[in-house]
Amino acid sequence: MAVVFDKPKSLADLPLHYCPGCPHGIIHRLVAEALDELGIEGKAIGIAPVGCAVMAYDYFTCDMIESAHGRAPAVATGIKRCRPDNIVFTYQGDGDLASIGMAETVHAAARNENITIIFVNNAIYGMTGGQMAPTTLPGQVTQTSPYGRDVNQCGWPIRVSEMLATLEGPEYITRVAVNNVKNVMNAKKAIKKAFQNQVEGKGFSLVEVISACPTNWGMTPEQALKWVDSDMLPYYPMGVYKDRSAAKEAK
Amino acid sequence: MAKLTFKTDLCKGCGLCVSTCPKGCLAIDTASINKKGYSPAVMVNEDKCIGCAFCATMCPDCIITVEK
Repeated sequence: MAVVFDKPKSLADLPLHYCPGCPHGIIHRLVAEALDELGIEGKAIGIAPVGCAVMAYDYFTCDMIESAHGRAPAVATGIKRCRPDNIVFTYQGDGDLASIGMAETVHAAARNENITIIFVNNAIYGMTGGQMAPTTLPGQVTQTSPYGRDVNQCGWPIRVSEMLATLEGPEYITRVAVNNVKNVMNAKKAIKKAFQNQVEGKGFSLVEVISACPTNWGMTPEQALKWVDSDMLPYYPMGVYKDRSAAKEAK
Repeated sequence: MAKLTFKTDLCKGCGLCVSTCPKGCLAIDTASINKKGYSPAVMVNEDKCIGCAFCATMCPDCIITVEK
């Protein structure tokens, strides 16, 4: 009998601290699989965010560093410029990347830093107990929007991928989801390509992964993944928003 | 026929493997409890399993090994 599926070796054999059914575990595995398949685990340096994935440095077997809240792209810029031969990636949530870290993200993209960003968007602040995030959907109930997000008062949710794709800088911007097997497979391809781009020195690659937060959404894991399909994906459509190399080849 | 191995002590009983299995081979074993205090997922219909690894693909805790 041949093994057709096993834990990637870049993912440590530890129990994850995430809630039951949290797709962070799936996304961790996809990143670890990409590191394994490209054979870059030995020279990869990951940057953990502040948020639910704050302890991601324990789970990846490559070198990891923790950054201040939202500053992961700035830390990644420093590491990549000092050690251009290493593969540098950040793993950030929406409260980290799209709120406090928006400036660092936008400027890292504008400078076309040769780094890879995995952006996990679950439309809520998970670790702090389910507050409204910049990506919370209109009308979505959270701890700090008990009557649903009022766009007149709180503004509209930010579509980070579309926004960054308007910049000249970035090489690759895509949005994927992990709510079913097909989407997980596509997410894996996108994450691998984002790392491949960096290996080839092409520049800034960001993969936005639409995730779920069953605990803070008040749903079962299965319901949460269905809610991603019915409510989140219409507002955050999947797709490749920028792929400079592919666009050049097409010309 | 495929063989699935579960690291039962790491299972959090979220049920994503159960809901994604196209053949209905898996179930949450509500009669038992693991080290973490969750009722783990178990194989209930091994003969039907086709080894598609959908369960392992969706498992957030990466506890399933699939052999075929």
